[in-house]
Amino acid sequence: MLCDHCKERDAVVHLTRIVDNAVTQLHLCEKCAAEKGVETTIALPQHPLGEILQAVQQQATPTSSADAAACSFCGANARDFRATGRLGCAHCYDAMETSLRELLRRLHGSSKHVGRRYEPPRPESLAELDARSELRDKLQRAVDAEQFELAAQLRDKLRVME
Amino acid sequence: MTRQGPLDLSLLPDGGVRWLDASGPNADIVISTRLRLARNLVGYAFTGRARDGERLRMLAQVKEALAHVPILDGSVLLRLDESAQLDRQLLHERHLVSKELAGLDPQHPLRTGAAVFLGEQVGVLVNEEDHLRLQAMRSGFDVPAAFAMASRMDRELGERVPFAFHKEFGFLTACPTNVGTGLRASVLIHLPGLVLTKEIGKVLAGLQQMGLTYRGLYGEGSEVVGNFFQLSNQTTLGRSEEELQDLLVRVVRHVIEREEEARRVLVRDAGYIIEDKLWRAYGTLRFARSLSFEEAMNFLSGVRLGVGLKLIPGLSVYTLNKLLIFAQSAHLAHLEGRALTDSESNLARARYVRQVLATEGSGVE
Repeated sequence: MLCDHCKERDAVVHLTRIVDNAVTQLHLCEKCAAEKGVETTIALPQHPLGEILQAVQQQATPTSSADAAACSFCGANARDFRATGRLGCAHCYDAMETSLRELLRRLHGSSKHVGRRYEPPRPESLAELDARSELRDKLQRAVDAEQFELAAQLRDKLRVME
Repeated sequence: MTRQGPLDLSLLPDGGVRWLDASGPNADIVISTRLRLARNLVGYAFTGRARDGERLRMLAQVKEALAHVPILDGSVLLRLDESAQLDRQLLHERHLVSKELAGLDPQHPLRTGAAVFLGEQVGVLVNEEDHLRLQAMRSGFDVPAAFAMASRMDRELGERVPFAFHKEFGFLTACPTNVGTGLRASVLIHLPGLVLTKEIGKVLAGLQQMGLTYRGLYGEGSEVVGNFFQLSNQTTLGRSEEELQDLLVRVVRHVIEREEEARRVLVRDAGYIIEDKLWRAYGTLRFARSLSFEEAMNFLSGVRLGVGLKLIPGLSVYTLNKLLIFAQSAHLAHLEGRALTDSESNLARARYVRQVLATEGSGVE
């Protein structure tokens, strides 16, 4: 297949675009693709987010110095994100907050979570949970061993905690 | 419990495939419903960026926490990173692990720390693209039941380990397409009527406009074979868990109605042609000596339609579901006790299908 643009070289880049529900296909050779700013296979991100990421990141981080700013926790930067389509860690969401907000709007139509709210367990509440489940284990063992007096004491302790 | 060596399927609760039993709602059209929640733990880089040691520490932390999670009581831990390729493929064919986690995707080699905890109709995939994928599977079209189980895992485990959660963006995931609720609800649905009446293109385009997406038999990146489609929500952010489920339920219900309508049209306008085609499919499966996977899936699709239309009596949807899973290459190799070449696999497949249909098939022959 010949390149749609120069009609000389073989087309190696095949672009499918959807604009207003109309699907158009563009077949380009490597040279014309590069001229039109379409990255070729090697440089093209290996994930379906490619085009949209490209657009958002160009908008949000116009300079290469912004690209190089790395997440303080995992060291990943905007360039890594563009190459893999994956963030490095939870802190990357803070490090790239502005451009991500725009990306999320494009992807989901919103950047605001409205589902389940969540509070991670605090270390002290974890300790309490451990104590409770330890008591429950003891209670089970006491019942199994028919040590009913001990079982009753343990049950009362558990009731206080719960 | 960590196991090594050849995979012992008897360790898995229900072999991990109770969702095949066709007991759920609309089971002749919807094979199964799956719901998964993507979660990541605070304190580690996401799986793709984490080092081996980090992934192993995270796995150890989750393993310890899961011992206190009642819904996963009695679950089995399978270390994929220590399993043979055939075993990993087998788990993938059962839809218990993703291609990526099983290390079967050339783009994602098997990772150190890749593991899965399997309980009854629930599982926790560890070190997939996200640290955790909490997954629930149900027979037929049953989104609420699948959600209830996944959500219980989420609450019980979330009390034990800290999940990464952002006030504005919700649950944080490696890929921005999963952030927010991290919820993906999907149904594996059989739509031969819409394919035969050539209505399928319109239906698929319509559901994409509604915010749903479709994939092949094995989910992301897989091809559509045997007229089986996976329909799921496209977005995960900006809508609550309930809204996302409602959307899928509403659209899938509509797709089921369209499929039923297409089947009525087929019987009305092409009754004997359809009946002949479906019995020919049955005949091939019942007597063929060599069957490729694709052939088997296509004939099974025909027979499934025949059973749905009550044209082929005496065959249960459960038997058809079983053939769908157990006639796959890794299952046949497991059955034969050795690795098979493609042509050996085709012979083994035809033999297995013949034998199942001889004992569980339609009495009318």
